Amino acid sequence: MEIIEHYLYTKEHEWVNIEDNIATMGITDYAQSALGDITYIEFPDLNSEVEQFEQFVSVESIKAASDIYAPLSGRVIAVNENLESDPEIINKSCYHKGWIAKIEISDPEEKSNLLTPEEYRKFLESMEDKET
Amino acid sequence: MPLQYEGILAEYESTHRAATVFDTSHMGEFLIEGDHQEIGLDRLVTCSIEDMPLRTCRYGMVLNEQGGIVDDLIVFRLEKAKWFIVVNGTTTDKDAQHFRKYLKNKMAFHNISSELGKLDIQGPLSREILKSFIKNIEKLDYYTFNEFELLGERAIISRTGYTGELGYEIYFPWNKTVQLWEVIFQDRRVKPAGLGARDILRLEMGYSLYGHELNESISPLEAGLSKFVDLKKDFVGREALLKRQAQGVSRKIICFISETRRSPRSEQKIYDTQDVEIGSVTSGTFSPSLKRGLGMGYVNNVGVALGQKILFGDATNKFPAEVTTRPFYKEGSLKT
Repeated sequence: MEIIEHYLYTKEHEWVNIEDNIATMGITDYAQSALGDITYIEFPDLNSEVEQFEQFVSVESIKAASDIYAPLSGRVIAVNENLESDPEIINKSCYHKGWIAKIEISDPEEKSNLLTPEEYRKFLESMEDKET
Repeated sequence: MPLQYEGILAEYESTHRAATVFDTSHMGEFLIEGDHQEIGLDRLVTCSIEDMPLRTCRYGMVLNEQGGIVDDLIVFRLEKAKWFIVVNGTTTDKDAQHFRKYLKNKMAFHNISSELGKLDIQGPLSREILKSFIKNIEKLDYYTFNEFELLGERAIISRTGYTGELGYEIYFPWNKTVQLWEVIFQDRRVKPAGLGARDILRLEMGYSLYGHELNESISPLEAGLSKFVDLKKDFVGREALLKRQAQGVSRKIICFISETRRSPRSEQKIYDTQDVEIGSVTSGTFSPSLKRGLGMGYVNNVGVALGQKILFGDATNKFPAEVTTRPFYKEGSLKT
């Protein structure tokens, strides 16, 4: 599973890339692989306020429907509109072209609730241990 | 059969564009020897079989006394008085009991499910691929079958399937089925496909799946399968069907297409545009070809018309869709 070294992660398999006070977020390689071919995405309204770890995006794959949670609190300032007609971009490039939303961060302190790449890698390994 | 091999969408595309193989060895097969009238086979199945030419297949159902569907099946006429019947996997034991109960000569009935493997090769290239090692396969017309010699064994091969594409179903001794799989896959154009792709393909055609659209409380009238019922002959469940027909059915199957990529899921509810609940979804999927969600379900007898707008979802989230006719997907190579 690919993990990007300068991103932060959640236990719900979202990634976040923070530049100044803007957080670009998406789902991890593990999540896209588990979901399978993604067929539909529903975004929150632009400028809506979201709370950290609150459900704010829905995705459907060929196998199932799933919720995506906001990694940080703030205001939704952009969504990746390319995904509306081609949601499978997430499967092809989950960390780059398949970004989902940009959030203007309201509370930088919340970063401490996120996992570092090393912590996320360990979290994935512990999940594998449980499965086997 | 696994849910997927390479990936559901890739397997779906391969079936529409080239050819895939589904391992359907779980299906049940019965061999029945005897005159269909004398042994009571004609009374068991809803379709007319009297007029079936040799080496043809016919889709039908077996019903309970209340007219509910015990299973759907395909009848093969091997000889004038010898029949091969293919039933669903999970219902095989129940079906065998049902057949034994109603057949007059129990000795005529053989459940040969454990002796046979089954591989379905489906897709526009399937004929060409089989031609390279099965002589005369190209002579099979839609819904006919023949017996072929294959790897020194006898195979029954029918031109049938569950995908909407040109295809064949091969019934083969179970202990040689792995060998047959290997022979087919020598052609690199063939890919294996699993249940995930199979479910999308069958839903795009509007084919019913036992346990979803069909069960013992649903009759062929409600399921939209009346054309596979010969009401002119006597069969188990006929009286109940005539009664249901006279009274009018209380629910009816519908096919509907989502107005967006949002896909219906089984167990969701169906509502009219005033948010009144009128039924429930039995199957749903995303159609990669139509780029829309599509579904099948039952609505109570409110007279839902073609083209009518409905909603699917639950109490909090409802999504718009339009009632349409099956098949949803009309580009298949099925009858080429």
